Amino acid sequence: MRAAPVRERSEFDLLAIFCILPALLYVLCMFVYPFMYGLYLSLRPMKADGFSLANYFSFFADPYQYGTIWITFSLAVPTTIIVLLLALLMAYGMRRGFFMERTITTVLIMPICLGVILLSEGILGFYGSQGWFNQMLQGVGLIEEPFILTHNYIGVMLALFMQQFPFCFLMLLGYISGIDPSLEGSARVLGATPWIVFRRVMLPLIAPGLAIAFALVFVMSFAVFPSAVMLGQPSGATRSISIAAYQQAFEQYDMSYASAIAVIMGLCQLAALLVIILFRRRMSTSATMGVGKR
Amino acid sequence: MRGRMWHLALYIFILGFVLNMLGIVSHVIVSSFAKRWFGKPLPPAFTTDWYAYAWTQFDLGQVLTVTLFIALTVVFLALLIGFPAAYILARRNFRWKPLLLLLFFLPLVIPQMTYGIPLATTLYRYGLGGTVAGVVLAVLVPMVPLAVFVLMPFFEQISVNLEWSGAVLGASRGQVFRRILFPLMVPGILTAGLLVLVNTISNFELAFLLAGAGSQTLVVSLYYNMFAGGVRPVYSIDAMAVIYMTMVMALLLVALRFVRPTQMVFRIK
Repeated sequence: MRAAPVRERSEFDLLAIFCILPALLYVLCMFVYPFMYGLYLSLRPMKADGFSLANYFSFFADPYQYGTIWITFSLAVPTTIIVLLLALLMAYGMRRGFFMERTITTVLIMPICLGVILLSEGILGFYGSQGWFNQMLQGVGLIEEPFILTHNYIGVMLALFMQQFPFCFLMLLGYISGIDPSLEGSARVLGATPWIVFRRVMLPLIAPGLAIAFALVFVMSFAVFPSAVMLGQPSGATRSISIAAYQQAFEQYDMSYASAIAVIMGLCQLAALLVIILFRRRMSTSATMGVGKR
Repeated sequence: MRGRMWHLALYIFILGFVLNMLGIVSHVIVSSFAKRWFGKPLPPAFTTDWYAYAWTQFDLGQVLTVTLFIALTVVFLALLIGFPAAYILARRNFRWKPLLLLLFFLPLVIPQMTYGIPLATTLYRYGLGGTVAGVVLAVLVPMVPLAVFVLMPFFEQISVNLEWSGAVLGASRGQVFRRILFPLMVPGILTAGLLVLVNTISNFELAFLLAGAGSQTLVVSLYYNMFAGGVRPVYSIDAMAVIYMTMVMALLLVALRFVRPTQMVFRIK
């Protein structure tokens, strides 16, 4: 006879229910329910009675609408890759503490706390064609004509970078500095060069954290809204999918269509997350296999 | 030698990022004091008139009152709802705990624009759109989980033995809470409250989607006035931005006395 599996004693009594309930109800009512309602609403187009996929069909029939998916991907993917690479380099280089650490991290969290609106307003001024950045380059004599860095694709990338880099850097720094330093030490003692230590020892250990950071930064960049409006061309080159959804909801007052676009936006983010999760699984198995073989 | 160069490169990059950040911030500040400024490194004449202009034209007194009211209400409610939940999640083990943690984690990692639109639709349907209550309810969605996740490690640091000792010595549940748990949790409550406060004041997406005429927070009002653009001189908008910045920076300075900078971002477990 098999022994009954040892179950951990559940400590879920009345007090626990009473304490958890407000928070749980809040998240269910204000987060889960709206999602369900949005999904339901997106299947009930304003123009027709009953359930239909009309909203989705009209989204994918209109190049002005489905084009936003491509635009958003082409903003989010390069930004995420650049942010991740630079943050990885920085965090790896500074994993054992660095000079003026606290001051630097304080400056780094400034963009997170100041918020996107102030950041965009500052970038408009600083990187504008009459801003300090262009004046400086012209003053040094590097360029004749000012770089056009705002009200286009680059402007939005710049704002996204400023928003996401600190977030990603601090996240990776926390992760990398948590890795046991003796592993690295052992590798060095066994004669590995710094590059081999990074490639063979540290990178496989960092990879899971890197995958999560990639997913978070990508998902956040994919929803780009205020900076795409303020620093880009919201009706042209940087009309991201959030702008499309917002316009349907608050300019056309077609909540049903807007919900459909929000659902499509959510699905795109989900798809990207799934790719990352699958990729991460492959990465970690190949890492363990690599260790096993040698 | 190569190691040195590598470190130098890292520092140059960080220095560049910091300078660029300071440049962006100080450009806004200088512009808010400029009389007229076009194509010169510094404006030829300075004035403080734009602050008076911004104050009257943008009705900043009312906007600031609304912002503070919303922010403080959100902090209070987030702590009220989050505190007991964090206690249970930190102390107890039960079967659905991972699922609950995931559920609380989602509003923090899903972009606010993605769930903001269905949320706004729902709240407008119940007549809460465009009201102060609507903004509070919407902003609370990511703030309740934030409070929970900030408070949890603080509970974990307090030994259960203290609670048991209290109970053995005859304290009731209420007394254990009032005399033992609550005083020990004051730093945690302060940290969580400050983080929620900073995040609420700088929250744009949710506040924007639900703002009506009388319920615009400072950031939302800043955004709208930027687009009323054209008629509004850019200097006055920068003056408003500086007022906003001063508020956030003051809070940040207070916050940094209690909070480590890295506590403001997620930890990957």
